[in-house]
Amino acid sequence: MIGEEVPVGEDELQAYIDDRLDGPRRTAVEAHLARHPEQRDRITAERRHRAALRGQLQAKAAEPIPPRLRITNIQAARRQRAGRRGALAAAGVALFIVGASAGWVAREGVPAATATLPAPTISVAKGASAAFRTFVVEVAHPVEVGATQEEHLLQWLSKRLGRKLVAPDLARFGYRLIGGRLLPGGSGAAAQLMYEDATGRRLTLYVSAADGTETAFRFQRDGDASTFAWIDQGFGFAVTAMATRDELLPIAEAVYKGLTHRG
Amino acid sequence: MADPAPLLEPLIPSLRRYAYALVREHAAADDLVQDTLERALSRWSSRRPDGDLRAWLFAILRNLHVGGHRQAQRRGASVAIDDADPADPAAGPDAMLEAHDVLAAVDQLPEEQKSLLLLVGVEDFSYDEAARILGLPVGTVMSRLSRARKRLRSILEKGPVTLLRRVK
Repeated sequence: MIGEEVPVGEDELQAYIDDRLDGPRRTAVEAHLARHPEQRDRITAERRHRAALRGQLQAKAAEPIPPRLRITNIQAARRQRAGRRGALAAAGVALFIVGASAGWVAREGVPAATATLPAPTISVAKGASAAFRTFVVEVAHPVEVGATQEEHLLQWLSKRLGRKLVAPDLARFGYRLIGGRLLPGGSGAAAQLMYEDATGRRLTLYVSAADGTETAFRFQRDGDASTFAWIDQGFGFAVTAMATRDELLPIAEAVYKGLTHRG
Repeated sequence: MADPAPLLEPLIPSLRRYAYALVREHAAADDLVQDTLERALSRWSSRRPDGDLRAWLFAILRNLHVGGHRQAQRRGASVAIDDADPADPAAGPDAMLEAHDVLAAVDQLPEEQKSLLLLVGVEDFSYDEAARILGLPVGTVMSRLSRARKRLRSILEKGPVTLLRRVK
């Protein structure tokens, strides 16, 4: 047999471990290993380690792609960074949408309108409301990163969300930013920014990836807490506070504008 | 210019796997993949159209990792909230234990040996492609692959001792 006469080298043993030999050479290596039990044990162990490593990591590659790694989201974030000057032109359109939304909200009490509400907005509102109830009562650690490190906070949350996040200025409503935190939300990460007024009343802005493209405001009341939620370019936003709908609406509109204008 | 999304998205799962095996922390691995994709998009038009896209992306990721991926350190420990163990429970307790042994052992190797085992053994790159990603001659890749596998075996043969030490 010609195959057995050609010496088997270390490179070929490696290729055998990786299942990369064609028929005749593979047969030659197997014959060689049959004659050298010590090498055979080593190669068998190394083949087993390779298979175990593949097996361990298989689950990782089977995970769904998180929203922040979707190419369309990364491209959108890049365009946002690249085209901030263009945002001014878009501002007129945004104002029009907010105006239309406010009108829509004014008729919100009509049950027929509620029935047609899109599901992603509801799930964003629910997530925001749950996060609000959890952290607004927190005295010791209301936020994970405080407003003194605002730049770091926003960079970090933007990175995890896959979207540039800004903290809208709500000073004219008496609210100042106290910080924010990262939360699990929907199919990925969610961010919560927390504001506080002089009396210690708190307000949160919640952002998470969401399906849908609609921009209409959705109002939700959960006990004393009111939430306005909307979807914009693959992300859901929600403003929540212990306030009435009429108190909260101008703040939600300002947040919407603040996020769209990007400062 | 072709839309990069349909070309890049099918490669993301294996990029995430390689990144996770390198940094062993889910959020930091995704940071690394995100930076890789951002860099790939920013260089998309200057990419050689006849070059292998997959090898190109893995080389970007590996270079970012070796170049000291700073985001991970900046973020600190605050990301544990969405961490989960990726081991497949369906594989059974014994299989999980052995798999953990191998991944933990690979983690003890120098980066180059670790990358070599992952690129060749898990990601199925050819020896030539692995050599290009790592910036090595192919002959060197073969000898280092052999050395990496020997070293992995010797770590695994010490087995439980090593593992207990790591857990402490």
